[in-house]
Formats: sequence, structure tokens, C-alpha cells
Amino acid sequence: MQHKTLAELSAGLDSGDYTSEELTTACLERIERLNGPLNCFITVTAEEALAAARAADARRQSGKAGPLTGIPYAHKDIFCTRGVRTSCASRMLDNFISPYDATVTQRLAAAGAVMLGKTNMDEFAMGSSNETSYYGPVRNPWNQDTVPGGSSGGSAAAVAARLVPASTGTDTGGSIRQPASLCGVTGLKPTYGRVSRYGMIAFASSLDQGGPITRTAEDAALLLEAMAGFDERDSTSVDQPVEDYRAGLGNSLKGMKIGLPAEYFDGAVDSGVGDAVEQALEEFRRLGAETVDIRLPHTYLSVPTYYVVAPAECSSNLSRFDGVRFGHRCQDPQDLEDMYKRSRGEGFGAEVKRRIMIGTYALSAGYYDAYYLKAQQARHLIRDDFRQAFEAVDVIMGPTTPTPAFRLGEKVDDPVTMYLSDVYTIAVNLAGLPGLSVPAGFVDGLPVGLHVIGNYFDEARLLNVAHQYQQVSDWHTRVPEGFE
Amino acid sequence: MELDDAEVKKIAHLARLGIDPADIPEYVRNLTDILSFVEQLNKVDTAGVPPLAHPLDASQRLRADVVTETDQRAEFQSGAPLVEDGLYLVPKVIE
Amino acid sequence: MEWEPVIGLEIHAQLATSSKIFSGASTAFGAQPNTQACAVDLGLPGVLPVLNREVIRMAASFGLATGSTVSKRSVFARKNYFYPDLPKGYQISQYELPVVQDGELTIELEDGTSKRIGITRAHLEEDAGKSLHEDFHGMTGIDLNRAGTPLLEIVSEPDMRSAKEAVAYMKMIHSLVRYLEISDGNMQEGSFRCDANVSVRPVGRESFGTRAEIKNINSFRFVEQAINYEIERQILLLESGGAVIQETRLFDPDRHETRSMRSKEEANDYRYFPDPDLLPVVLDQEFIDGVAAALPELPAARRQRFVDQYGLSDYDAGVLTASREFAEFFEATAREAGGNGKLAANWVMGEFTAALNKGGIDIADSPVSSGDLGRMLLRIDDGTISGKIAKQVFEAMWNGEGDADRIIEEKGLKQITDPAAIEAVIREVLENSPKQLEQYRGGQEKVFGYFVGQVMKATKGKANPGEVNALLKKMLGS
Repeated sequence: MQHKTLAELSAGLDSGDYTSEELTTACLERIERLNGPLNCFITVTAEEALAAARAADARRQSGKAGPLTGIPYAHKDIFCTRGVRTSCASRMLDNFISPYDATVTQRLAAAGAVMLGKTNMDEFAMGSSNETSYYGPVRNPWNQDTVPGGSSGGSAAAVAARLVPASTGTDTGGSIRQPASLCGVTGLKPTYGRVSRYGMIAFASSLDQGGPITRTAEDAALLLEAMAGFDERDSTSVDQPVEDYRAGLGNSLKGMKIGLPAEYFDGAVDSGVGDAVEQALEEFRRLGAETVDIRLPHTYLSVPTYYVVAPAECSSNLSRFDGVRFGHRCQDPQDLEDMYKRSRGEGFGAEVKRRIMIGTYALSAGYYDAYYLKAQQARHLIRDDFRQAFEAVDVIMGPTTPTPAFRLGEKVDDPVTMYLSDVYTIAVNLAGLPGLSVPAGFVDGLPVGLHVIGNYFDEARLLNVAHQYQQVSDWHTRVPEGFE
Repeated sequence: MELDDAEVKKIAHLARLGIDPADIPEYVRNLTDILSFVEQLNKVDTAGVPPLAHPLDASQRLRADVVTETDQRAEFQSGAPLVEDGLYLVPKVIE
Repeated sequence: MEWEPVIGLEIHAQLATSSKIFSGASTAFGAQPNTQACAVDLGLPGVLPVLNREVIRMAASFGLATGSTVSKRSVFARKNYFYPDLPKGYQISQYELPVVQDGELTIELEDGTSKRIGITRAHLEEDAGKSLHEDFHGMTGIDLNRAGTPLLEIVSEPDMRSAKEAVAYMKMIHSLVRYLEISDGNMQEGSFRCDANVSVRPVGRESFGTRAEIKNINSFRFVEQAINYEIERQILLLESGGAVIQETRLFDPDRHETRSMRSKEEANDYRYFPDPDLLPVVLDQEFIDGVAAALPELPAARRQRFVDQYGLSDYDAGVLTASREFAEFFEATAREAGGNGKLAANWVMGEFTAALNKGGIDIADSPVSSGDLGRMLLRIDDGTISGKIAKQVFEAMWNGEGDADRIIEEKGLKQITDPAAIEAVIREVLENSPKQLEQYRGGQEKVFGYFVGQVMKATKGKANPGEVNALLKKMLGS
């Protein structure tokens, strides 16, 4: 059962091959058996899951089921879940039982999806390796000495290890696509504003976006359809109808123009990764698409821009964690300042503190123009690069990451090197575009992801492109050793 | 950009982050590295480029002035660090 | 040396919306602590703000009423600082692009002159909660019901030169926000409060001196006291060779003095930046025109109308329109009194105001309604009672003895107008005053008043004074 895709499981539930309760029990057993060393989950909600599964079975009986009714999924621990600990992988929120549901949580519940638990991640989504979690690192199922990527590392590894058919993630600079790439699964970051951010604990508000992590593009279409949509509780949510993302999956790619930015194929790319991407592109040409060389001349600004904008926003977003109303408060504070400093000092890990400090510095008197304003201007240039490019091409492709999964601990002491592993994904967040990573090969037994960037609200096309590729490739069907 | 100990302490104070004095050298090194890296931004001339705060050129939606929330104090305070008579308690605020 | 004070005010007016600026929680005053602090107001992880349409309409109406520019594009920014009653660790405010800019008001001074005061800007922001310093085992209690209540911060130019001018300006703004019905202006509840920026400079000097900011003053009287104290303090300091330091000060109403709030001062670096959870507020001309069309009658227009419609002097019209409540009370009284505006104005500004002042009561709590007063004025108008007797009737009404007609009836205050009855009284008075009669006939015409007085005394003031005069003249002449 656990090797079936979400779409197949949905069909199986429909035809009565098994019930959601059976499916959920099987997933829980597999989590119980295999999660240990991977550390994908912070919290497993077995009881609630079984209750939800039984409710889903009843709903199916009464003929009111949708495609996700009874489908188990894992929820990134950044989405608020009422009555269930929502930790953001931080000591700060280790004791935080959310009193409300995120909009995405609500939507998935309304669709009848069964939440199995909350997945591990980088603390407050700040990281690219899942090593900053208060609950310990997640390991990559393809090679447990390597990282799964981050920040949605638990979600990606859980799907890769077939612990769950699908999971949610969030992506601020690549946090869905980079772990999807490193774990050999499909991950989609939608257009900014497509998925509600209400109840998704903010890292960088103008960049954060939730999305699906699944094995196939078809599954991603199913999950995105349930997650996406206008939310009046989120001012940045876009009031535009959600498409039927499955409808166009079968469209031919004949005549489609694929832009290949010179900046994405430079010397920084690992040669194995480069070869895999080149072979994937060859496949697209065979499918009738045309590749066009393009330029995104301000690409070199994206990582520095991001490391001003994201920390600036996070420094302010994380001020609410002050030990007053929820979360960690230090023991016996001597006075107010001591309470703030120790609660926050103890509650946040090193990377979170670093970013808060960078952001605080970038916004502080005398530095605002040189850092924050400058970065916002650079962001404009980066967005305009894409706008121009999309006048000539339908999608843009390149590697999702410059290298396959790196070893645990390899970059942990060197923030800047770590930041550079998101070099291809970050610009997409700065521009607010949708992006997808699809499995496209292996290097030394480690997965490689192909990055597909679309125009605003062109998620359907990204899913179509990935689905067509998955009809002629089998990378997404491979299973890591020990998880067959 | 070279930061020094004093600057790191000042930033940590502004952000109300308690940091172990022993960790200060590492923060100095990391933050200096990051800021130096970020200085690549200076390679581009942005004169006249409007700052972009949001990727989409959208405007703020306005909500009707209607009370939609009900009292949920008990649930909100159930996980609070310290509460008495419905108030959140903190160490004495000196005006 | 002659010193000139320079004063600018930042007035915070709480906007009278039903729900908060960024959440659907109620803004009602006086609820149990934290029962009106919803997830958004508490700044729970993951929550997001959505802007209340009504605050934009209210701010725009203020802008239009002060001849300001209502910005077609304004931006909300975060002001970052840590304080326990500030739940998110930042206040959502407006910084670079406020919703209202560049307006003015004209204030009237006691000497009858008027002065233009510039309004630099008015911006929207959320209020913080309250810190309660009562005894919680030496700790402070935080109530976040007020957190997220909409405020309009109205920033003046440093155009005022005395505490009196500052008070006149603040009263004008207070009156205006109530005319516009955008704030209840309740100063006890903190819905209307101000910060005063005060500096002094030698008369004739162009540049400003160093200013001190006096925070959170919540009455007109305190504003005057605080500014006057601060002016004195700065002059004394400068004259003794000291220097004013730029700082935040707090007014202590018990000691009538301001004192430094150094604890709040240390290295404020608010790190303003555009709030990424909110998008720019874009207003089109149609929206602004709609707000303009819906503006109520403003004080200046109403004042002119009172002159035209009721034949009042400009001064009286000015007094009556100083506050919306007062103007409305006057008009309702005049309407009830059959449109006799002059009579209504005299009474509202005279006896009625005196009674309010004497009792220290607010117009809303007056025991005599505009209807009560108007109906009494009708009785003056139709000759049932004299103006003098009316004062008795008014006092009885004030003391809750019933309406005018009942009091007149029960106390037998109805005016005597029957000439035969009055003649009889006059005859009696004349008979009892032979000495005075002789004096009068001897040419001492002053004595006439004595006779009038005696007649009024004999009738307990109820005789119609006109009738008494006419008859007395006739009878003495015969």
C-alpha cells in the first residue's frame, strides 16, 4: 500500500480495496518501524489520525468523499494545528499547543485528509539541511550520512522513505524544492499569495509560501488543489479561483519554450548534477519542447538580497516570542529585560539568533538604506529579469541545487556556504514565482532534482511539465534501500 | 563590514537576545562573514530603482468593520507562562 | 532674556470602530481583562492582520475636514520595540507614507484673534495593551483588550507659542473628531490623549531649541499645566547656564510637574520597515469623493448657519458650535421652543451652562433635556411665565421636580395678566405707601421703581411686568 501514489490510493479507497483506517494504520506502523533513525517526525498523532480516518471512511460511505478523503499526510510543524503541539522545531515552542488551526490545516481537514503527525524541519524554517532543529537532524533516506535538505527536510524524507504518500512544506528560499531535490521527490512552491499563510508560522512574510511535497506531479496537483485558495484572513492572499490542476496534466509539450538561463549552468554546478539536468532537457526536447538560451543577469544578487530581506523580516516576525503569552519563559527572571533576554536566548538556536541579529542590524538606524533598501531595489531588478524572460519563454529550467545531498555537519559551521546551496531557488521567492523540483536522476546514489520555474499563477503548467516528464522517466518511482 | 564585540552586544540587546559571552567571537566571525557576503549588493547600481516590498503589485484588501471574534481567553491562556485573574504576569515594569 | 515657547502636539484619537484595526475583536471599553484579545491581537504564532475599511474612511474624513491631502497610496510599517503590552514586539503604524498629510486648522484665541495651525500628518496605528501595576506579588499584569484598537495620530506643526494655544488647538481637534463621529473623544477612558513637544528659544531667533516630549497627557487642564511647567523648567535651566536635553518626560498631575522617563529612553532604534503582512492601501478618487460627500456639517459651516438661520451673533454661534453636543443641544432646544433661536441661545449659554458648570456635569448627563428646556421656553414665549419666573422653573426642573408645565401649575407660577387683578394690587400698594406717593408727586420719579417692586412682591413675581408698568403709569398719572 505504502508504495502507491496518492492518486492510486485515492482510487483504491474509492473502489473499496481498503479503508482509510487500514491505510492509516499501515502508515502509522511504517512510521513506528522506520522513522527512528530518519527522525522525520516531531509529533505523531496516531489517535487523532485513526479517528479522522474513521470519519473519512464514514464520509466515503455516505458518498461525500473528495479525492483526498481518507488520504494520510504529514504536516510540516510550522502549520498551526489546534490541540496539537506546533513547535516550529524550536525549543521556544516546545510547549506550544496551538489554540487554532492554520487555514491550510483547516482546508486539508475539510477535504478529509488524515494528518498523521507533524514533521521535523529546520528551526523556524531557517536552514537548508534540517540540522538546526531543536529535535535533532533528519537523515536522508538515500544515504543516512547525508542531509535531507531543509527546511522541509522531515516532510521530504518522509515521502522519500514512503512513510507517507504526501506531506506539506513551506518554501521561503527553497525550503520545499531543495529538500525535494535532495530526497528525490516532487515539491512545488506555488506563486506567492496562492496558498494562505494564516497559521503558517512566519519566517519571512514576503517570501513564505506553503506547498505540497509528493512523489508525483499528479499527487502534487491533488494536494495543491486542496491547499490553495483565497483566504480573507491573509491580506497577501490572492482572490483568484483555484484551477483544476489535474485537467491539464496530459497536455502535450509540443512547441513549449523552455528558457535555460546561462547563470544556472555555470561552473558552480556539480558535473554529475549538470549531466542529469542535461539528460532531462534532452527528454523534454524529445517531448517536443524547444529550449532557448536566456539571461537572468541579476541572478548573482539573489543570495545576498535574500540574506538581507529574509533576516530583516524574521528579526521582526520573531519578536513576538518574548515569553509573555506563550512559548518558553526562562526560570526565575530577575527583571523584565532578563526575562526577554534569557527566554529568547534559551528558546532560539544559534542559526535563528544569527539571522535575527543580521536582520536587526540591517534595519537599524544608519544601515537601513545600505542594506534593506538596497536589497529591496535589487529585488526589483531580480523580478524584472524574470518578467522579461517570461515574455519569450513558457518555463525556465535548471538544476534545483548545485550539488546532491551533502554530508551531515559538512556546512554547519559555515553559514555562507550553507546559504549558497539555495542559489537557484532563492530568486524564485524574491520574484514570487511558482517553482517545482522534479526527480531527474542520481549522482553516486543521491537524487538530483530538475528545477522548473513558471510564470505567475502558472502552477498548472509546471505540473503538466513535470507530469509529462514522469511519463517518460522513472526516477520518481525509485525507492531508497531499506525502504522497499 | 567588520563587526566588533561591542556591536554584536548592541545588536543582541536591541533584539533582546541573551548570548553567552563565550559565543561572542563566533557571532562576530559569522556575522562579519555574512555581512561581507551581502555586500555584493554594492556591485549593482540601483539609483532610481524603486524598492520592491512585495512580489505582486497588489493593494490592501479592506475588511468590513464587524466583530467576528468571541472570547477565547481560557484556551489562549491555557499554555501561557504565568497568568493571574485573566492577566498575563511579567516581572515588574518600571516606568 | 525674553523667551518664546514653541509647541507641537501629537494627538492620539481612538477611532470609534466596532472592531479592531486588524482583527475582528470588539473594541468595547471595560470588558474583563483579555476577553477581547483575539488570536491576532495576542500576536499568536502564524496570525496575520487584515485592515478594517472603516478606519480608512474615518482617517480620510479627518483629512478632508482639515484640508489635508488624503494619500492615494499609503503604507503600513512596523515600529519595532519590546514592551510587555506590545504583543508582537512591533506596533503596526505608518511611517513614510501616512494616509493624511499637510492640512491645517484655525484656532480662536481668547483675545478674539485667530491663528492657523499646520497639521503635518495624520497616520493610522494600533494601540498597545495596558500594564497594570497593582499588586501581583511584585509583578505587572498585562491586559491586551486595548491592543489593536485603531488610533489616528494627528501630528501638528510646531506652530503653537503658548500652553493656551495648545489647549485651543487640542479642543478644536477634539471637537472636530466628535463632529465627524470618528472618535468618542473620551479622555477618561484614554480615547483622546496627547504628547506635547515643547522647546523654548530667545525671542527673535529662527532656529528651534532642543525639545522635550511630554507623553500621554489625557486632559485639557493637564496639557496646559504640563506645558507651562515645562516652559518654566526649560527657561530656568537655560538661564542658569544649563542645557535642555532631548528626552521623553511624563507629567505628574499630583505634583503638577514633568519628570524624565530615562528608562524608556535608552537607545530607541525602532527599525521601521514596511509591514510585509500588509499591502499598500490604494484609494481611488471615487472613494475619496464618496467620503467627502458623506461629511457631516462641520463647525465653521454650522456656525455660519446659526448666524443666518437664528440671527445669532457670530460670537454666540461660535460658542454654541464649539462642541458637537453643545450645538446639537442648542438646536434641539430651539426646535422645541418653536424656532426661537435667540431665546434658546440665551438660555443654553446662560442658565443651562452655569448649571452644568456648577454641578460639574457633562452635557450628556444633564438632568434637563433639550426638550424640557425648549418646552419651558415656549411658556416664556407665550407669556405664561416671565423670564424671571422661568429661572425658578428651570431650577425646579434641574432638581427633578418635573416638567415646566407641571411646576408652573403646582407652584402657581402662572403670570398674572388680567388688568383688573393687577389694578387691584396697585391700588392696594398705593394706599399703603402714602409717603412714597407724596415723594413721587413731588417729582421724585425714581420712586416709580419702588412701586413696581412692591407690586411684584405682592404677586410673588407673577404679575406681567409690562402690564404692571403700563397700569402703574396710567394710575399715577390720573
